Amino acid sequence: MAIRFILLVNKQGQTRLAQYYEYLTLDERRALEGEIVRKCLARSDNQCSFVEHRNYKVIYRRYASLFFLVGVDGDENELAILEFIHCVVETMDRYFCNVCELDIMNHLEKAHFILEEMVMNGCILETNKSNILAPIQLMDKSS
Amino acid sequence: MEQLKTIGRELALSSQVGWGSSKEFLDLVKAIGEAKSKAEEERIIIADIELLRKKIGEPDVPRRKMKEYIIRLVYVEMLGHDASFGYIHAVKMTHDDSLLLKRTGYLATTLFLNEDHSLIILIINTIQKDLRSDNYLVCCAALTAVCRLINEETIPAVLPQIVDLLSHQKEAVRKKAVMALDRFYQRSPSLVSHLIPEIRQKLCDRDPSVMSAALCALFDMITAESEPFKNLTGSLVSILKQVVEHRLPKLYDYHRTPAPFIQIKLLKILALLGSGDKHTSENMYNVLGQILTKGDPSTNIGNAILYECVSTLSAIYPNQKLLQHAAELTAKFLKSENHNSKYMGIDALGRLIKINPECAEDHQLAVIDCLEDPDDTLKRKTLDLLYKMTKSSNVDVIVDRMIGYMRTISDAHYKTDISSRIIELAERYAPSNHWFIQTMNQVFEFAGDLVPAKVAHDLMRLIAEGAGGEDEDADNQLRSSAVESYLQVLGEPKLPSVLLQVICWVLGEYGTADGSHSADYIIGKLCDVAEAHPGDNTVKGYAITAITKICAFEKGAGRKVGLTSECRSLIEELSTSHSTNLQQRAYELQALLGLNDETVATVMPMDASCEDIEVDKSLAFLNAFVKSALEKGARPYLSESERLSIGGITTLASSNNQNDLSHSLRFEAYERPQLPVPSLSSFQPTVVREFEDQRTTNNNLRATYAGHSTSMTDTQLVNTEAASLRLDGIQKKWGRPTYNNTPASSTSSADRGRSAAGNSPAEFSKDEPVESSLKSAVESRYVTSRKQRPEISEEKQKLAASLFGGTFPKSQSSSRSSGSTGKVSKSSHSRSQAPHIGANEQSAQMRSANSSTSIDKGHEKSLPVSQNLATPDLLDLGDGDSAGPSSDPFKQLEGLLEVPSTAMPSKPVIPQQVPDLLSLYESTPSSGSPSINLIG
Repeated sequence: MAIRFILLVNKQGQTRLAQYYEYLTLDERRALEGEIVRKCLARSDNQCSFVEHRNYKVIYRRYASLFFLVGVDGDENELAILEFIHCVVETMDRYFCNVCELDIMNHLEKAHFILEEMVMNGCILETNKSNILAPIQLMDKSS
Repeated sequence: MEQLKTIGRELALSSQVGWGSSKEFLDLVKAIGEAKSKAEEERIIIADIELLRKKIGEPDVPRRKMKEYIIRLVYVEMLGHDASFGYIHAVKMTHDDSLLLKRTGYLATTLFLNEDHSLIILIINTIQKDLRSDNYLVCCAALTAVCRLINEETIPAVLPQIVDLLSHQKEAVRKKAVMALDRFYQRSPSLVSHLIPEIRQKLCDRDPSVMSAALCALFDMITAESEPFKNLTGSLVSILKQVVEHRLPKLYDYHRTPAPFIQIKLLKILALLGSGDKHTSENMYNVLGQILTKGDPSTNIGNAILYECVSTLSAIYPNQKLLQHAAELTAKFLKSENHNSKYMGIDALGRLIKINPECAEDHQLAVIDCLEDPDDTLKRKTLDLLYKMTKSSNVDVIVDRMIGYMRTISDAHYKTDISSRIIELAERYAPSNHWFIQTMNQVFEFAGDLVPAKVAHDLMRLIAEGAGGEDEDADNQLRSSAVESYLQVLGEPKLPSVLLQVICWVLGEYGTADGSHSADYIIGKLCDVAEAHPGDNTVKGYAITAITKICAFEKGAGRKVGLTSECRSLIEELSTSHSTNLQQRAYELQALLGLNDETVATVMPMDASCEDIEVDKSLAFLNAFVKSALEKGARPYLSESERLSIGGITTLASSNNQNDLSHSLRFEAYERPQLPVPSLSSFQPTVVREFEDQRTTNNNLRATYAGHSTSMTDTQLVNTEAASLRLDGIQKKWGRPTYNNTPASSTSSADRGRSAAGNSPAEFSKDEPVESSLKSAVESRYVTSRKQRPEISEEKQKLAASLFGGTFPKSQSSSRSSGSTGKVSKSSHSRSQAPHIGANEQSAQMRSANSSTSIDKGHEKSLPVSQNLATPDLLDLGDGDSAGPSSDPFKQLEGLLEVPSTAMPSKPVIPQQVPDLLSLYESTPSSGSPSINLIG
């Protein structure tokens, strides 16, 4: 397993989306999210986009007030994950037409569906945006 | 920054009104979004929990409304509160006929429940039904849930249907079915091992996404065992080649790079397959070379692929030409201004030095820059690299750096990590025992209680055993210096328990050994330690035992022991302690003081911690006692096996019998019957206890003390019986077999010296036959780097010299090599470390002298070359500029954002293209070999 979790957190440290690919209890999640955001916020723009935290490597990217954080284990290609984050953002952007924090909040389930299509079992499964969005758009039409 | 705009400008005004969400829901989300603080957010959520509790259970909640409630539950959990009261409603929603509601139900269930939750059983039936659905989207939703919710026991319930779905007509279903099998493989490999051929088959599915899913699954399987998959190499290489040659549909591109994530997955798999396998690796060289030359170093994603290619190359059987290329790439990464690239460069370098330890030398200054960078991530990564390149010549510098870093961090997880690395390096490469002890003291001081107790025991043993016997003077010197340093350390506030234990033990054993400190002084210090740590019984135990030893040594030497009032009050306090362990130690001390001098000298001889205590295991001295007991009608002793063979009732009887001998009541817990207790332990020690013979008490005492020094971790072993039970373990009192390695290496410091001496000539001779062209190239590169960065400080050069050994200037004169080898070998004879370090410094000086001459030489000789070499550097700069690699993608995104309105109408065009491209891809597998290879 490569990706352990994907988090969207704003710069006030408020979680906007959390997807874990391994089971953590509520308290563990809460602690983890708090610590990681604190670490990332303390970093400047020209420092690495990677942070080691406990046994995770966290790759993060900031879009306006939102941090996209991906936690991976040992042997993962950090640069690739960094670009994967951007791919996620592009995909959301295509779906929501100019995604913003409030879009994700209002349609939390849709944002989750997009991630479900892109990542399974902690693997990057799909980055073809048409393939990712087709089932979701079909679902929107049917309901 | 531009990327900030991406979302930022839209933040205030939401671009869309929620599709059909109720006002209540939107208001809630808005309130959460606008919450200024955690506390405010908390209040909103807690109010909502109350509301949901009431409403969600009402009968006849409209389905749409229920969906909103479920999503509100997701919010509740996401923001850190318990929503378990609503789980059942999420599970119920999975039964819904509407696809959207069903999928929302599945989503919420996967977010709420782990696979072992009791509600999962309620969902299996729904999943089974949905997997059979005609609507492929329903199948997909169920498969997504399968990947999250099915555990080992429930796999068989869905496995047959998932196997059927592997050949579903929709590629989205096939893809997810493969992933479901992958998940099952992760959970329980044996349950799906018979399906591996099917998964391999999916590699040549006509849809690239299904192939990519098969790669994910195969990656997990190959990680577990690569041998059965070696014959896939050809197919994988040909797939990779097709991807690299851009034969997948354009839709798989990411910023014009063809399917980068598939490429990376393939490279990872190839690295596993080719590791240590020359034949398999040879099949890959071609395509890897292709990637290296085609790779685009101006984008992040291009660099990601290049980096992955480098790490594949360093994992498989080495190919010099490609490795050369990889080294150049790594150099580019390291020279980049972008910290992310530097980080990848350091990582790549760490992989390359495993194959070719010398390649780090070209980058020494870049490495040192990273080491001194304020960016913590980069610093850690560089320390990782240093850890990998440690050898005996640079261990002191590297360990020093690591300790310096450890001092600055507070994160316990990383502190543990780095301290264990320091200990490992120190144990493996320590230049001298003295250095080792000093290093360990620092580790204990900064990492304190994070260090495992074993390390402390090893350290005590090292001090006790010294270098190995012959050179008693050196050992004594070592001990004296340890005592001195510990007396000094004691002055500092707040020492970790482990270090205090070591200090007490050393002071007890050797505090008075060299005569420079009086017994009273040492005892006073030990009393201070005990008093300063009233809560730490282990430390107190160590202290009182150490005092006992000092007293014993004094008495043994025929001197009178007058305890200070401070010490007396300590003994008194401990003899009424709640800890029976401490009590016993205090009483033993008192008993010891009452014995006559000779007895004491036999009981606790000076510096005897390393001596084996002879244990009369047959307890022959008890024969007379046993005989008289038998004559009085006692039962004869039966060994445990004999007792067991007689059967239950007799066992009971004999154990009763045993009780009669010791107490009328047993207070301690019954022994676990399966415990492999040595036969004598269960019965005879009780006899020993009854036996009031001076000799045995002595024996017992000695045993207890030996026990102390070995494993104070077992302080909870409280009574004499336990202590006497330990008789058995005493032969190997220091326990750990690994320890033997340390003294072995430290005892033979002569050997090490020799090997160091052996190393250096090798290094030099290696330098000499370097082809002159290469040599001058390296030289000139060095020169150019000198010219480019005139500001390189003296300090950094020194650091470089000490880190990278004698290879900094390539133009070492042979005279130096002979000179310094002589030095080293001399130092190996004297076995003291000072000359060694001296040699180091001297060589550094010589190096700087040499380097200045080499600059002069280089100036005339290789100026043209250096210009040549300078050009790539300029190019590098250009790269950095044109790339601004991180910002580039964002600009593209900006572009994307600008035109969404135009993009929408153009949409119908895309489906027209798709079949075209797909057919293009479809044609490839038949032209490529995979399908043929696979079936075979």
